[in-house]
Amino acid sequence: MSATILKGSVDADEPVSFYDLDEHEHPEGHSTMLGFWIYLMSDCLIFAILFACYAVLGGNLAAGPGPKDLFDLPLVALNTAMLLFSSITYGFAMLMMQRGRMVHTQFWLGVTGLFGAAFLAIELYEFQHLIHLGAVPQRSAFLSAFFTLVGTHGLHVTFGLVWLVTLMIQIGRTGLIQANRRRLMCLSLFWHFLDVIWIGVFTFVYLMGMLR
Amino acid sequence: MSAHEDHSLEEGHMEGSLRDYVIGFVLSVILTAVPFWLVMARPLASDGLTALAIVGFAAVQIVVHMIFFLHMNGKSEGGWTMMALIFTVIIVAIMLTGSLWVMYHLNHNMMPMPHDMSQMP
Repeated sequence: MSATILKGSVDADEPVSFYDLDEHEHPEGHSTMLGFWIYLMSDCLIFAILFACYAVLGGNLAAGPGPKDLFDLPLVALNTAMLLFSSITYGFAMLMMQRGRMVHTQFWLGVTGLFGAAFLAIELYEFQHLIHLGAVPQRSAFLSAFFTLVGTHGLHVTFGLVWLVTLMIQIGRTGLIQANRRRLMCLSLFWHFLDVIWIGVFTFVYLMGMLR
Repeated sequence: MSAHEDHSLEEGHMEGSLRDYVIGFVLSVILTAVPFWLVMARPLASDGLTALAIVGFAAVQIVVHMIFFLHMNGKSEGGWTMMALIFTVIIVAIMLTGSLWVMYHLNHNMMPMPHDMSQMP
C-alpha cells in the first residue's frame, strides 16, 4: 500500500525506488523448517556446553564411585537400541505421511512413542538405581555433570514425546493437513537430532567412561 | 501427487525415501554395535586405541544420521541449513577444544599447591 503512495508522489515516468517496499509473498510456514533447524543448532550448543562440562569435570570423583563402578553397558546398549528403533519407525511415519496415509502414519507414530517411552523408562530405572547406590548428583562433580548432561537429553526426549502425542491427537482431529505435515517434519528433525546427541552421550560418557 | 509436488518447496530437505532410512538404519546398527563390542570384549590391546576407534565410529555415525535421517545436503533451503550447521560445528569445536585446553592447563598449573597458600593475603 505504501509503495503505491510513494510511486504516486514521484515522477510517474521514472519510478525511483531506493529500496523495495513491495511485500514479498510469504506463504504460511515457508520458513519454518529453516527456523526450526536454527533452533536445533542452538540446542546443539547447549549440549556442547554440557559435554564440555562433563569432559572437564568427569574425572573429579571426590573419592566417590566412578564410571566403572556405576555404568551397566548392556543396559546402555538396550537403551541405544530403543532410540535407534524409534528413529527408523519415525522415518516410516514420515514415508507414510508423504503418501498421505493417515492411519499408517498414526500407527508408526504410536510405535515411535512406545520406543521413546521405553527409552525413558530404562533411563529412569538407571537413574533410580544410581540414586539407590548413593551416586546422587551432589556426590561428586563427575555425577553432577553426568546427571545434567544425560538428564537434559532425557528431558528433551520427554518433551519430544509430549509433542508426539499432541500431534497424534491433532492428526486424529484434522487429518494430514499442510500445517500438521509441517509440524511432523519439525518433530522429525527434533527426534533424529536427539538420536545424534545420544551418539555423543553413549560414546563419550558411557563407553569412554569404561575405558578411563 | 500434484498436490504433493506443490509442497515440495516447503518440504525442502525433508524428502527421504525408504532406501535412505533403511541404509541409515543398517549403518547405524553396525556403527553402534562395533564400539560397544570394542569396549565390552576389548579385542584391541590398548585403551587409547580403543578410545580412538570408538570416537571414529561416533563421528562416522553422526555423519550417517545427518545424511540419511536428517537429509542434510548443500542445496536445501538455498544452502542455509548447511551454512548454519557448519557455523555451529565451528563454534562447538572452538568451545570444546578451548574449554578442555584451558581447564587442563589450569589444573596442571594449580596442582602443586604450596603449603603456605592459606596464609597468603
